[in-house]
Amino acid sequence: MTTTVAPTMPWKASPRERATDTAIFLVALLSSYTTVAITPMKGKLAYFAVFFIAYALLTAIFKAQQRGSAAAKDALVNSLVAIGAIVTVIPVISILATVLKNGLPGISFGLFTHDMALATPTDPLSNGGILHAITGTLLLVAVALVLSVPIGILTALYLTEIKGRFTGPIRFLVQAMSGVPSIVAGLFILSAVLYPITKAYSGLMGSLALTILMIPTIARTSEEVLNLIPNDLREAGTALGGTQWRTVAMIVLPAAKSGLVTAIILGVARIAGETAPILLLTGGGDKVNPNAFNGPMGSLPYYIWKSFNAGSPEAITRAWAGLLVLVGLVLILFTSARFLGSRKAAK
Amino acid sequence: MTTSHENEKEKMQTSVKPNSLASVAQANPAKVPGTRAMGTGLETRGVHAWFGKHHALSDISLDFAAGTVTALIGPSGCGKSTFIRTINRMHEFIPGAAMAGEVLLDGKDVYAPGTDVTKIRLQIGMVFQKPNPFPSMTIGENVLSGLKLAQIKVDNKDDLLEECLERAGLWSEVKDRLGAHGGSLSGGQQQRLCIARALAVRPQVLLMDEPCSALDPGSTLRIEETIRHLSDTMTIIIVTHNMQQAARVSDYTAFFLSDGGPGQMIEVAPTSEIFSRPQDQRTENYVTGRFG
Repeated sequence: MTTTVAPTMPWKASPRERATDTAIFLVALLSSYTTVAITPMKGKLAYFAVFFIAYALLTAIFKAQQRGSAAAKDALVNSLVAIGAIVTVIPVISILATVLKNGLPGISFGLFTHDMALATPTDPLSNGGILHAITGTLLLVAVALVLSVPIGILTALYLTEIKGRFTGPIRFLVQAMSGVPSIVAGLFILSAVLYPITKAYSGLMGSLALTILMIPTIARTSEEVLNLIPNDLREAGTALGGTQWRTVAMIVLPAAKSGLVTAIILGVARIAGETAPILLLTGGGDKVNPNAFNGPMGSLPYYIWKSFNAGSPEAITRAWAGLLVLVGLVLILFTSARFLGSRKAAK
Repeated sequence: MTTSHENEKEKMQTSVKPNSLASVAQANPAKVPGTRAMGTGLETRGVHAWFGKHHALSDISLDFAAGTVTALIGPSGCGKSTFIRTINRMHEFIPGAAMAGEVLLDGKDVYAPGTDVTKIRLQIGMVFQKPNPFPSMTIGENVLSGLKLAQIKVDNKDDLLEECLERAGLWSEVKDRLGAHGGSLSGGQQQRLCIARALAVRPQVLLMDEPCSALDPGSTLRIEETIRHLSDTMTIIIVTHNMQQAARVSDYTAFFLSDGGPGQMIEVAPTSEIFSRPQDQRTENYVTGRFG
């Protein structure tokens, strides 16, 4: 007696509607080709521009005939949003593609196992490598992380949990600090620490400047994340007999964990490719230097800058390879931190 | 215990119509204060509360005998929640808050200088209006979180865990998934988890701020059963907008009202009296639904 009912999705586009969409797409494509062929407009950009305009207009006109002006406006805005998204993604993909294309020829196994102590940028590519630059960048970022994560998160906790008398001024200063140009941070460490105190280039000096750049990013993002934690949880912790510190440490921070990881990632992203303070402060050694506190320290941005300056084809290829490694390193840091953060949150 | 269960069933059946409130309350005779052995109870003496310049609560003096359930009823904004938050000193967390008067727990003022506030909150537990289990913790960790927060050591955590969940009426539903996250429970289960969490530090008084307002009738019934059982071992103060709930669970009822000024306590009496022979006309208007 039971009748079987097949599940359907009546809200999905029918084959006929999909055919019309494809037709509109093809007509727009065709019109962009003919327009570029007939008119004096030339170049790839012209194809894109004409295609997008034609597609948006055709869709809107078609919808207007089908369902009236409201549907036409909806379709037009939809196309504009899609165009906006595509226009944003194109440069990113273009940068990645260029870096890959130019950098891959310079990538070899030896690149990751040698430093430049016995080679110069103009040497054949088989000589030397960027081990010193990779370890240098990792060390610089690690020391900057150790310094800026506690300071940044404690600042955010002051702004969200303690809400003391200086909340307003501190929030203002942190926001102002996030606009400080990196060269200013570099010059500050140069004149306040390097010249009067240490009198020598080292990784630590670079990390101090990076810390100045990283703290505001971490503090502001963490503050936003902590503000999203419902006050109910703080009250519940306090009502169970927890002191403020224990409530924050046991309830607020764990609840905000994945957001705080994101804050730290954004901080690393801010500084990983930073060049100006590194040029001023680290001395840019060509030898692997595992000690961040003594001696000149190489880094990927420094290596790229130095290789491009050397100018020969080999040196330029070295620079592109360095760029590729830097971009790859940042991507690896991102994905692993994202993975760690989301796994903890989902468990 | 069997008789009290029968009483509850009877109450559930009769409490459908609002005009049966008096009979519901009478089927549930007030406990005689002081008959249960657990401290001397809680008193408030002339408690006032302010938010900035706004005088929210005026001159509340109430006795909560040990082992009784007291319901606080009254329209929204009359200061019921503010009042219970002055009892466990959560009132002071609101910026600009001020208070006057005394809150005596076993004869000692909880606002006396040198009092350890966290100790007070261990003795006076609280359940909030919205279920708020800690999202980063499992069910089991949630129950024991109070011990961790207050750094209390217990010998047998598993026994305590089972006991608290049992008393909150949740054990049978979660015993196989204590490692799951608190957020995976339904709203009613989450609220009972919050009750279990409050019980784990063994409070002597339990404050409940509209604990059932976000819950369905089934969960509400479970929590009311839980309250009746808990009142064997602790003093309970419950804020509620549901008068049938007040009639079902409480021994005493206090009616709060604000006439545009600060909230005041109009009347307190055994629950059956409040619903059958209120002394004040305003109380009668409110409990019979003629308010306003």
